[in-house]
Amino acid sequence: MTQYVIRRLLLAIPTVILVIFMTFLIVRLVQGDIVELILAERPYADEGAREEIEKDLGLDKPVPVQFVYYLRDVARGDLGESYWTSRPVTEELKDRLPVTFELGFYAIVMGLIIAIPIGILSATRQDTLADYGARSFAILGLSVPYFFTATLLIVFPSKWFGWAPPLTYTNWADDPIDHVYYFFFPALLLAFSLAGSVMRLTRTMMLEVLRQDYVRTAWAKGLRERSVVTRHCLKNAFIPVITIVGLQVGVAISGTIILESIFNMPGVGRYLVGAISQRDYPSIQGVVLVLAVAVVLVNILVDMTYAVLDPRIRYS
Amino acid sequence: MAQSQTPALEIPFSVDYRRRLPFYADVLRRLVREKPLGLLGALLVLMFFTMAVAAPIIAPYGKDEIGAGPRLGGPTMDNFFGTDNLTRDVFSRVVYGAQVSMTIGFLAILLATLISVSIGVISGYFTGWFDMFTQRLVDAFIAFPGLVFIIAVSSMFLDYEAPGLPTSGVFQTQNVILALTIGVLLGVGSSRVIRGATLTVKSQTYIEASRAIGAGHGRIIFSHVLPNVMAPVITLATLGLGTAILLEASLSFLGLGVTPDTPTWGGMLNREARTFMSQNVWLAIFPGAALSLAVFGFNMLGDALRDLLDPRLRTG
Repeated sequence: MTQYVIRRLLLAIPTVILVIFMTFLIVRLVQGDIVELILAERPYADEGAREEIEKDLGLDKPVPVQFVYYLRDVARGDLGESYWTSRPVTEELKDRLPVTFELGFYAIVMGLIIAIPIGILSATRQDTLADYGARSFAILGLSVPYFFTATLLIVFPSKWFGWAPPLTYTNWADDPIDHVYYFFFPALLLAFSLAGSVMRLTRTMMLEVLRQDYVRTAWAKGLRERSVVTRHCLKNAFIPVITIVGLQVGVAISGTIILESIFNMPGVGRYLVGAISQRDYPSIQGVVLVLAVAVVLVNILVDMTYAVLDPRIRYS
Repeated sequence: MAQSQTPALEIPFSVDYRRRLPFYADVLRRLVREKPLGLLGALLVLMFFTMAVAAPIIAPYGKDEIGAGPRLGGPTMDNFFGTDNLTRDVFSRVVYGAQVSMTIGFLAILLATLISVSIGVISGYFTGWFDMFTQRLVDAFIAFPGLVFIIAVSSMFLDYEAPGLPTSGVFQTQNVILALTIGVLLGVGSSRVIRGATLTVKSQTYIEASRAIGAGHGRIIFSHVLPNVMAPVITLATLGLGTAILLEASLSFLGLGVTPDTPTWGGMLNREARTFMSQNVWLAIFPGAALSLAVFGFNMLGDALRDLLDPRLRTG
């Protein structure tokens, strides 16, 4: 097991370096004179601003040297300074990242809570009305974008019942209930679209496992459905489902970017959208880097869960 | 001497003597006969495709025509989907919106298919160091949350106008770059599946036989590997079109995609709908419904094609 963990971590190193390299490229590949673009957004910039920006972005040295410096800064946790607020990007992200991760986490957990029971039910009652209902539900979740449902959720209840989902952020420390209530609706909308693919995969995998000989044996032993499904099928059906949960972390992060804008959430997604309209490149770079590395790390964790659940993976 | 009567050969299986259709014609026949939802998807795809191609004929008003009806009017016989805050006809704008979605979708998928097939087949066929290297690159790509990647790339081209492309309309620089970005993202991501399929094909006996009679790598790839990985290629392309359309809409919804003078479903949901929907709820409903239906159509068609072409393929 330890060996597997070490190997997995080593494999992640080139991936992380490539991810850092890709974010490094953002500033270098901007079309047009990046310094001019940034200056245009800062009407009160003084004489020295040009050199200052060049130095901040590390553009005053040869490219390979720039990359080494960038790696060094990233390793030190220095992501540069935001041009808009003049605060370090890490400072800006420190307050915002928890919001994004909290939303993503709730969405994934709620997605699993919705998807897995429905997926199991859909497989064990294959081709019944419940199955068809569940499958249509999954396809709906996959096809209807959450920014559409979010828009509808904000308009219709307020028109018909005078009720709207909360749109002002409440700190956990101030009022935990309001805090969770605030996250509930965006997380639920995102959860529905995440649930679609998990549900379908759970169903397919369950159907496959239910046809295995050992499941027939379990039935023949006279076990109840409950223990056949939970003790014999679930663990085996789960492994591909866990992979897809790993992939969904990326989808969830993408989702939070949009939902933060709709629900006025003080997360990194809204910050990123703002940074782009202000050509605030250090901030853009910082957000992209942190989100991508976070996804890599979560996927490593997912792979580990994998190995714990299925010993076959460890030794292959 | 009488000829000894040979007994009629008994065939232990039944042979279908009906005229054999070519493979893809047969797939089409089975789509119509066995997959009602897939057929529905195909019809929806056809409908949106026609909308995009024949937009000027179908739309009763111009895409930016002012004075098509009352300001913020509901659906009437003159304005099927109502009118927006600038008295433009929403139906016409939804029809024109199909142009952007379909163009970006098809362009993206064209590139994605090229990329996924080249990387997947070369990586899976030759394996070795090239495979090792590209797979790490693919890892890094998959780690990037999709929308974040697209946002990052489009932020590099914010103020860029490529020579030779029109400055507005469907083929403006930002649209083409968006399509290419989505294409790279989806192409690299799905190359994994093609690589897997190639590995399977490569281990088949007919490849060995082909090698034995002296066929070169190029011949084997083009006449044996490529036709046999077509099933996942077609399925991935169909499902990918839905994803591409959704990504474009997400970006337009964030206000980062296509410029305001070209109507897009995401853009309409963002600008007109979010500002004026308390006065006219239809503004939110129709563009969102068009988007959902298009994605639904591609998903359904893709699902059906996967079942028909290659039942072993499994995606969530």
